Amino acid sequence: MAIVIKEFVQMRRDRITFAMMIGIPFMQMILFGFAINSDPKHLPTAVLSADNSTFSRSIIQAMENSGYFRVVKVVQSEAEAALLIDEGDVQFVLNIPEQFSRKLLRGERPALLLTADATDPAATSNALSAFRSLTESVLARDLEGPLSHLRRPPAPLQSIIHTRFNPEGITQYNIVPGLMGVVLTMTLVIITALAMTRERERGTMENLLSTPVHPIEVMIGKIIPYIIVGYIQMCFIVLAARYLFHVPLAGNLLLLLVVSLLFIAANLGVGLTFSTLARNQLQAVQMAFFFFLPSILLSGFMFPFRGMPPWAQRVGEVLPLTHYLRIVRGILLKGNGIHEITPNMWPMAIFLVVALSIGFKRYRRTLD
Amino acid sequence: MSEGFSPAISVKDLTKSFGDKVVVKKLSLQVEQGEIFGFLGPNGSGKTTFIRMLCGLLRPDSGSGICLGYNIVSESAKIKPNIGYMSQKFSLYEDLSVRENLNFMGRMYGIPRQRLAVAEIMEHMGLSRFAEQLAGTLSGGWKQRLALASCLLHKPKLLLLDEPTAGVDPKARRDFWDDVYSMAALGITALISTHYMDEAERCHRLAYLSYGNLLAVGTADEVTASSGLATWSISGKKMHELSAQIKALPGVELVIPFGNTLHVCGHDELLLSQSLHAMKNSEYRLEKIATGLEEVFISLMQDQGDS
Ligand SMILES: Nc1ncnc2c1ncn2[C@@H]1O[C@H](COP(=O)(O)OP(=O)(O)OP(=O)(O)O)[C@@H](O)[C@H]1O
Ligand SMILES: [Mg+2]
Repeated sequence: MAIVIKEFVQMRRDRITFAMMIGIPFMQMILFGFAINSDPKHLPTAVLSADNSTFSRSIIQAMENSGYFRVVKVVQSEAEAALLIDEGDVQFVLNIPEQFSRKLLRGERPALLLTADATDPAATSNALSAFRSLTESVLARDLEGPLSHLRRPPAPLQSIIHTRFNPEGITQYNIVPGLMGVVLTMTLVIITALAMTRERERGTMENLLSTPVHPIEVMIGKIIPYIIVGYIQMCFIVLAARYLFHVPLAGNLLLLLVVSLLFIAANLGVGLTFSTLARNQLQAVQMAFFFFLPSILLSGFMFPFRGMPPWAQRVGEVLPLTHYLRIVRGILLKGNGIHEITPNMWPMAIFLVVALSIGFKRYRRTLD
Repeated sequence: MSEGFSPAISVKDLTKSFGDKVVVKKLSLQVEQGEIFGFLGPNGSGKTTFIRMLCGLLRPDSGSGICLGYNIVSESAKIKPNIGYMSQKFSLYEDLSVRENLNFMGRMYGIPRQRLAVAEIMEHMGLSRFAEQLAGTLSGGWKQRLALASCLLHKPKLLLLDEPTAGVDPKARRDFWDDVYSMAALGITALISTHYMDEAERCHRLAYLSYGNLLAVGTADEVTASSGLATWSISGKKMHELSAQIKALPGVELVIPFGNTLHVCGHDELLLSQSLHAMKNSEYRLEKIATGLEEVFISLMQDQGDS
């Protein structure tokens, strides 16, 4: 009983811990309850149409009506379409071949090609099955009168689905590279948040501050070992991906290592900021967790990014993990080069600058 | 810095408060070079706070100070390489060995030929046999010794030692003071906070701080003389019964038991002497003695409490 009372008194003193105890379950509820949707809809789609006919228009219309597709762009060339998929701007490209309607009318069963970015099978599978069933029925309304004989099976057109990057739809291919970002976030944020608070809590900070070494140097000195730790973790995951999970590594690993520095730095910046805010190690861990939770849930790691409501996507866009996941998957699965990943580097860089400036601003040179 | 003449520490009207609690009030003080300066005062009187301000760990709210010729507020970066600060709480790494701790501190100060310096200091401080032991597993006294070694490593000009001998056995304390004396002989200044009266008496000069106020400064003799206290010692049997009786006598301000002896003090020497002689009895031995620091400090503390 004495201990129960003591715990409550201590809990009341430690405001931040108390706030976290309320805040974390609340956040979990919001995130799991509202943000997560494993049936993503309105996926961005590009259309490359060489045949502007009633039929092709009704197919596009039907796709949009299914709720799974949202046509965001009409492109003119294969190359343009390929770039959109590589950069991850669209999830699908619908390719309507030349003379589609003529062949259709002649009963030649023309092919309708849907290219899907299948890096995340969970994001595309429902849309793809919707597409398959829709092509069977879509033209029923248009094929009337003299054309009604075309309505009989087999279907008047063939739908060909071409899944790129992860043709077999193996979930590990998507998860394992993503894991890299998750592991880095978790360990780096927690470790750096702890590193400084530990010095403070154990009283060794007092000693460090009394030496001629500049506080900024102390901080940098504390960070560098963990950057190295981060890289070791990365190498470990890449090796595991290659030899344990047989993930095809399409891209340039060196590029990945270089770009990762930005991500590692962004996470360290967060950890550092936490370590200047937290008064003890428990608080530091809680803050790290508070950051980790949305990172893992809203970044597109656990659940398809495009399945989340717009507000959750906006939060996700702020998080470095979101962009890093796109980069890692881009490089490893799609073989992206520097050009394709640049759009995802800016947000991380901005995040890094903001996190570091808060960290430095909050950083106390003295004990008061 | 003009060697030899300017004081090692000179502060003026230094003030520091936490929240609305003023912890150090307009403190002005000078410590000469090569001096061993004792810093005394009850718990929470602001000793640690004052020392932290000297080495740039805390910013004073107001007032100014010069330490080794540099401004303590704006030039603390120039002060730090020349001071050895030993904090009240053990602040080395418990999960590093003695040698690793010293190596680390050596690198932090960028001392030349650091391996050799570390070996020398370990030899000198008698730490060699613990070299590979984790600092956390040392006994309290040896931790203190390690802490002292780590702040001597870079050969500072000024030592700021915050209760360096708390919880240390008498032999180790004597060793410690021998070290401090030999350091002072080399011209190194030491500011040492302590709660021990015998240590206070070993200092060249001392200051007594109470609730942020500087109540007395000077040599031990100056401090006792300026207190104006007269002290009598009474010895005999059943002293504790007598104690209450004596306390009630006119002129008696303070009764401090020392085993079978009572030290009775008062500012009014005549009145005190009359009162004590009036109750004189063959069972007790009454004797006038020189006032010690302990009596002075307890009396100062009592006066503070009254006001
Ligand atoms: N960081 C702080 N925040 C708030 N109050 C503080 C802080 N540091 C010290 N104090 C207060 O300042 C007063 C003086 O503390 P300080 O540690 O300087 O005393 P001290 O003379 O060293 O005591 P002791 O002999 O017990 O070591 C105390 O009342 C303490 O509660
Ligand atoms: Mg203290």
